[in-house]
This record gives sequence, structure tokens and C-alpha cells, in this order.
Amino acid sequence: MTKLLEWVSVFSALFAVWYSLIGGYVKHPLIEKNMTLILISPLIFVILFGLYAVTVVLYRVFTFNNCEAAAKELQEEIKEAKKDLHEKGLRW
Amino acid sequence: MAATASDSEITKSDKYSILLPTYNERENLPIIIWLIVKYLDNSGYDYEVIIIDDGSPDGTLDIAKQLQKIYGSSKIVLRPREKKLGLGTAYIHGIKHATGNFIIIMDADLSHHPKFIPKFIELQRQHDYDVVSGTRYREDGGVHGWDFKRKLISRGANFVTQLLLRPGASDLTGSFRLYKKDILQKLIDSCVSKGYVFQMEMIIRARQLEYTIGEVPITFVDRVYGESKLGGSEIVQFAKALLYLFATT
Repeated sequence: MTKLLEWVSVFSALFAVWYSLIGGYVKHPLIEKNMTLILISPLIFVILFGLYAVTVVLYRVFTFNNCEAAAKELQEEIKEAKKDLHEKGLRW
Repeated sequence: MAATASDSEITKSDKYSILLPTYNERENLPIIIWLIVKYLDNSGYDYEVIIIDDGSPDGTLDIAKQLQKIYGSSKIVLRPREKKLGLGTAYIHGIKHATGNFIIIMDADLSHHPKFIPKFIELQRQHDYDVVSGTRYREDGGVHGWDFKRKLISRGANFVTQLLLRPGASDLTGSFRLYKKDILQKLIDSCVSKGYVFQMEMIIRARQLEYTIGEVPITFVDRVYGESKLGGSEIVQFAKALLYLFATT
């Protein structure tokens, strides 16, 4: 199954549950009492997921390692390499 | 005991072919070769470096020839091509001439440090992984020389990709990897995309074909000499490839 099909099946299942609730196919006092909430629940889900995504991405941006030490080490090694290669007769 | 003995036989005969595709890397090539020799001679693994120069007008090939004189033609192998033909075909070209049973792919622009190669090899041996990928996104991995915008694009793209494709690897667009030779050949054969997104497809195909993937955190120091490439067209290419892989794998 492709990833696209996986997504389509999961969303179809969720949609079927949601639609049966708002369409009145399932009857229960609790459902009728919370009808507004159920109606807007997909929107709430999208907003919450959006917040989660933004938080995670920003957190990862700010904690993205800058590798200052690695950059410094490389600069040192470049100097060392140039010197050594020059001694070995490389001209460039 | 017999098993242990034959295992060490296999280990002894392991050879690592490092493929270095180059295009106008005159400044970087001597340094990267020097670093590879430094870290791999130290580790004692058997290796060769295959330089695939695509007719660089800056004379990269002349420098490569000088390096071959210094380090010997068993270690430095030159397999130049007439003109620029793309990354996928460069790897195929390199594999054809590789005498090792493992292939290491890296960039020649000094963003990938050869000190990580022995770590790739150790991890591969511990778990017999089919692929070991360097990752900028985990633990001590990271990137030097990126501003906020570049980091945001990178992290954002990575988040979306992980969500949609669940690839089982954290760094899809990195190109610092070790492959078993036959597996790299199979992966290249099954890939359709070209250029920059080719690396992403390789790792997705690896997951699809149920190969095992290990990861080593790497520090990525963005191009010391020369220009770094990430423009609008790369982002469009990336998005297209992402959707294509989402719909087909």
C-alpha cells in the first residue's frame, strides 16, 4: 500500500465516524449534548496539529547544532593539509 | 570457533571504495583527499578513492593526477568523464570501477568530514546494515554556516517528509552514506529522479525494499570554498519528488 493510500484509508475511517455522529445515524444523549463540539472537531484537530507542528519545527530550528567546534577544527586541518601537501610537492 | 574465524576472514577482505564526484573542486580536492588518507590510514581499513571528475574547466583533473602521484594509483583512482552528466550516472560509473565490496558516497566540497567514515564502518559491522546514512538531524549532528531561514526550510521540509513518508531515516537529503555495493546498484536501478532529490529517493527505496538502515550523527560544515546551492528551484524539485514518492511508494 502506498503512503497516499494509507492516508486516504485512515482519513476515510475518521470521516465515516464523524459523519455518522453529525448525521444522526448514531443516537445517544451525550452526542446531542456535544453536537457543536463534534461539528467543529475536525477544525480543532487541524488547529492543534498545526500548533504542534509549528512548535516542533521551531524547537528544532533553535536547537539545531551550530557545530562551531567542527568548523574550527576543519579550518585548522585545512591549514595543516595545505602545509603538508606543499611539502609533498603539490602545487595548486 | 569456526564461525568466528570465517567472520574475521570476511572482515579482513572488506574493502571500501569512496566515490568522489567532482565538478570545479580544484580548491577542495587536495584537502578532502588528505583528510581521507589521514583518517582511514589511521583506522587500518582497506580503501580506495575513486575520483569522478566531469570535465571541470578549472583543472580539477590535473590536481587529481598530482594527488595520484603522491598517494599512489592503488589508493587514488581516476575515472573522469567528458562532461557534466549528473550524480546518479556518476555513481553508476564509479561502481563499475570500484574494487571494494562497500561503497561510500560523499561530497568533495569539505561539508562531509572523512573522520566519520570509520564510525560508519564500525556501525555497519556491528549490525550488518545494508545502508549507513550520516544524519545532521540527530544527537550531536548539526550544520555550520546556516542562517535562521535556511534552518527553518530544512527543518520544515524534514518534518513534512517524516510525516508523509515515515522513511525510517532522519536525514533524507544528505549524501554522506555507506552502502553494500550490490545494494547500491539495486537502489540506483530502482530510482527515477535526478539531481538533488536523488538522495531522498535512494533512502525511500531502501525502506521500500526492506533494507536495513543505520545512522551516524554528522557535523556538516557548509561549503568553505565555493557557493552553496539552495534556491527556489531546489524547493520546487523537492516538493515534486516528495509528492511523487508519497503517491507511489
